Amino acid sequence: MTNEELKIKLTELLPEAILEDGEWITANTTPAAFLPFMHQLRNDPSLLMDYLFCLTCIDFKTHLTMVYHLSSTSFRHNMVVKVKLDAAKPEVETVSHIWRTAEFHEREVYELFGVNFLHHPDLRLLILPDGWEGKNPLRKDFEDPINMIKL
Amino acid sequence: MYRETEVIQDLATAGEGDMVINVGPQHPATHGVLHLVITLNGETIKKVEPHLGYIHRSIEKMCESLSYRQFIYVTSRMDYLSAHINNHACAMCVEKGLQVEVPPRAQVIRVLMDELTRIASHELWWGAMAMDLGAFTPFFHAFRERESINDIMEETCGARLTMNYMVPGGVMHDLHPNFQQRVKDFLQLYKRKIHEYDELVTGNIIFQNRMKNIGVLKAEDAISYGCSGPTARGSGVSSDIRKLYPYEIYNKLEFDEVLETGCDSFARYMVRIREMQQSIRIVEQLIDNIPEGDFQAKTKAVLKLPKGEFYTRVETARGELGVYIVSEGGTTPYRIKFRSPGFSNLSVLDHIARGSKIGDLVAMMGTLDLVIPDIDR
Repeated sequence: MTNEELKIKLTELLPEAILEDGEWITANTTPAAFLPFMHQLRNDPSLLMDYLFCLTCIDFKTHLTMVYHLSSTSFRHNMVVKVKLDAAKPEVETVSHIWRTAEFHEREVYELFGVNFLHHPDLRLLILPDGWEGKNPLRKDFEDPINMIKL
Repeated sequence: MYRETEVIQDLATAGEGDMVINVGPQHPATHGVLHLVITLNGETIKKVEPHLGYIHRSIEKMCESLSYRQFIYVTSRMDYLSAHINNHACAMCVEKGLQVEVPPRAQVIRVLMDELTRIASHELWWGAMAMDLGAFTPFFHAFRERESINDIMEETCGARLTMNYMVPGGVMHDLHPNFQQRVKDFLQLYKRKIHEYDELVTGNIIFQNRMKNIGVLKAEDAISYGCSGPTARGSGVSSDIRKLYPYEIYNKLEFDEVLETGCDSFARYMVRIREMQQSIRIVEQLIDNIPEGDFQAKTKAVLKLPKGEFYTRVETARGELGVYIVSEGGTTPYRIKFRSPGFSNLSVLDHIARGSKIGDLVAMMGTLDLVIPDIDR
């Protein structure tokens, strides 16, 4: 599917999503519409986005943005899904039951950004050391006077 | 990392007669500081739980305060066996933002270096994996070839492991005058010795018995777990970025994407063995056809990426590496994410190990080709 065809299809699936052009089509969605939309992307016979190749989060200070890079191994089209989250209480549904790779990636985002993934099967620290308390390292307001990262 | 409270939890959830054991963080077969907590029933694996973070350097955070020229050097330390390819991915991502055209000479040099790195990486994997399974001799055979690649790298790049040779716009400096001759010598050496690999290991009946039907990974699981590289191709999943989304000059080169349908450890092993030969094919096509001209495009001293997001994908020796730069228009990246192949490939270990014997775990880990600094970043 080309980007134009993909755009038409996505507008059909979720009319309220804001689409952005670029190398890959970016669909901006809300936490409420997010999970059914992801299910459709994975299962719709003309999309079949079965390969989640990147899952990450960006801290924009006023809000957090979850970024999902999706690809289809049968049709070879790619797209990006973004969800805007509240910085004070970031919460989003897990996608680990749709794409198993999300389980590890979400655990990473959970500890580094403090995003709470609802209904995640095993949301625990993966990288951070024993007894970690306080802020999440990849947030922009994170300061560590002992182990300075900034140069 | 592992929390003390989790030891008690793991023991509490373990059933009657179950045993919880630790492999690592200091274990020779994990090739780095990987920590696996394994729940066993007798000799059968019930659960494998990786605990990471022992070598986490927070490269992503570090890069946020480094300029677009500087951050590339840090990435050599991620997957240190594919240093060239990591640098290549980052340089390509910056070039995408700057919209810089890379001169043909630089493109060919980059692909040559990438493929030599791939061979060197697979050599080390082959030697180390055979050693994990108890065969010591292959390690020396593998290092004979690997050393000659490292010598070539040392002459041109000045380093044997963390090369830092690719820069935005091309490569740092021109090839060493001896480069072509030494690569040709290496090709001759390699072709003379390659049959030893099959005679020593591949055809060995003990080895085959330990690899076949061990760690079976079905194609749909490989896709769902985000596996890439030889791990996915061993399950018949076409995932070679060089073929699917060609970059540099890969679309002009003749090589095959290696696919095996065995889905087991032996299939993954065969993918890597055959991939080395494909890399040799690429090197042979290019070594006499390096175009003359500039090795670096002209770029400004201080690089500024326009506001936006840039993503590049390359094929490292372990699979798909993604570099995702979010720029706010400044001289440093606002956020950078490395989608490392090892992280996703590791997540499948629990799935393929369940129900098999503890003695086979090392064979499974060996064929996933885990590099811990790549997983921890």
